[in-house]
Amino acid sequence: MQDDVVLVEDFRKVYGNINAVDGISFEVHRGEIFGLLGPNGAGKTTTLESLEGLRQPTSGSLRILGVDPTLQPQRLNNMIGVQLQASGLPGSMTSKEAMEFFCAYHHVAPRPDLLVRLGLGEKLSSQYSTLSTGLQRRLSLALAVAHDPPLVLLDEPTAGLDVGSRVELHEVMKELKAKGSTIILATHDMAEAEKMADRVAILLKGKIAATGTPTQLTAAGSGLVKISVSSETGVLKSYTGVFPEVAQQLIKDEYLIYYSSDAGTTVPAIFDYLKAHGDHLVDLRVERPSLEDRFLEITQPDYSNGG
Amino acid sequence: MTAFFHHFLYDFRIGLREKSLLMLNYLFPLGFYALMGLLMTGLNPTFAPTMIPSMILVAVMANTMLGLPNPIVESREAGIFRSFKINGVPAGSIVTIPVLSSFVHILLVSAIITITAVPFFKAGMPAHWGWFVLILLLTIFAFASIGMLIGVVSPNSRSIVLFSQLIFLPSMLLGGLMIPSSMLPPALYRVSLLLPTVHSMNAWMGLAFDMTPVFNPVWSVLILLSSGVLAFAFSIYLFNWDNKNRLKGRNPLLALITWIPFVLGAIFIPG
Repeated sequence: MQDDVVLVEDFRKVYGNINAVDGISFEVHRGEIFGLLGPNGAGKTTTLESLEGLRQPTSGSLRILGVDPTLQPQRLNNMIGVQLQASGLPGSMTSKEAMEFFCAYHHVAPRPDLLVRLGLGEKLSSQYSTLSTGLQRRLSLALAVAHDPPLVLLDEPTAGLDVGSRVELHEVMKELKAKGSTIILATHDMAEAEKMADRVAILLKGKIAATGTPTQLTAAGSGLVKISVSSETGVLKSYTGVFPEVAQQLIKDEYLIYYSSDAGTTVPAIFDYLKAHGDHLVDLRVERPSLEDRFLEITQPDYSNGG
Repeated sequence: MTAFFHHFLYDFRIGLREKSLLMLNYLFPLGFYALMGLLMTGLNPTFAPTMIPSMILVAVMANTMLGLPNPIVESREAGIFRSFKINGVPAGSIVTIPVLSSFVHILLVSAIITITAVPFFKAGMPAHWGWFVLILLLTIFAFASIGMLIGVVSPNSRSIVLFSQLIFLPSMLLGGLMIPSSMLPPALYRVSLLLPTVHSMNAWMGLAFDMTPVFNPVWSVLILLSSGVLAFAFSIYLFNWDNKNRLKGRNPLLALITWIPFVLGAIFIPG
């Protein structure tokens, strides 16, 4: 058995005349966090739901640890933990009941420690509908991992969460990874994917538009560096020329933003111009292209860095 | 078994915890019973002898026709069944457990009615307790299975109201609860034979209360049993985990087969 926990080969799913997923293939290695990115309607949820055994592929092959989710759903139950995007829990079920209920069906002892670890220790008797969005997400995550599944599927796990809750959930994901769990993370949050995922696949109109590590993907983009400059008198705004190696520039609030193929050449030229015109620098930021920039390049054909 | 037991305990508790279910399972039938006991026993002397089965049938219908189906549709629409499926909850448990919960809730209400109706309202007591309990269990099974089937085949909550009221309202008016079905005009009597309550009342009258049944109560027992078995079987067969993935070839109209025993009864039972 090779070290692939998930193996997807030429997977297609058709709804009527719509190709929701159009022949995608990818694999997820043991112990990695795999990000599934894409705009709405790209096929992320269909792919996840097919892996979860909720949908039947039109064609192609899906395997989780060698198990076909469609043909052997009973074998799949203890292999995966799923945090659904939608609630998935009855509103009147308490946190404690939910833990007992799902653990009983997974044939494992309840894990109240997980509830405490995720900040639900004082909410054991609270009904699901009375919990805040953040606590509902935490409860869903606790239930998804209570039976120590080798594969955890998280669908927008941090959507609607405050910063603190988001950081805490990221910590839990890191702990799961450290314990050897494999995680598939579907998210719209590019910063989250860049921070958490070992590898990502960008889905677009049912196809994989790009795949690789976040670093590989960003490196494969236009490669332009973003230089944001703010000066005291704003003399740069009246400059009609083009600094060396700058491919595109725009004004945003008090900043001049330049997209350069060589920051080492562009930045000194900007300094020289400011000095020559008696202006002084207020703020300067040089940023490498982010996964979000690359994502926009791929998913929005009109987008070029800074577009 | 542990999982099934946990699931059952949870489902039973929900029947007490959720206000709407508490109302339909306990407050409405017991309140209606108290009201009818105070009013009808004075107005209609023929009511007291059949008061216990009549009021139990109101409890059965409130629980199974008005209370049981809606959570099924709501859970399906909210993605709760999808979550259950992923976590290994079998469809059989989802169908069976609410039916079992209904048994417990209705048996509790039935016990309260049966114990209090005689001292408070001078209601008629069953002459044969074994038959009384057996027909009660059969009635709950038939109604709860039909209620579950309504929940399974209804695409939304509005449909549930329609389907449930198609049974509930005619049963209240023509089902032998307030007026014996033998007093109905012949055409309405035929129609009333399509209603499960008529058969429950007839079976109780003939087998448990030593009263004259409208027709042979054995037919009523067989009709209730066969329709209950059909409804339960079709509930499992037609069950859907979510609205988007209806199983191919499993047409909800198949649920109408459940009514064949009643239709045959309406055609062939003499009267």
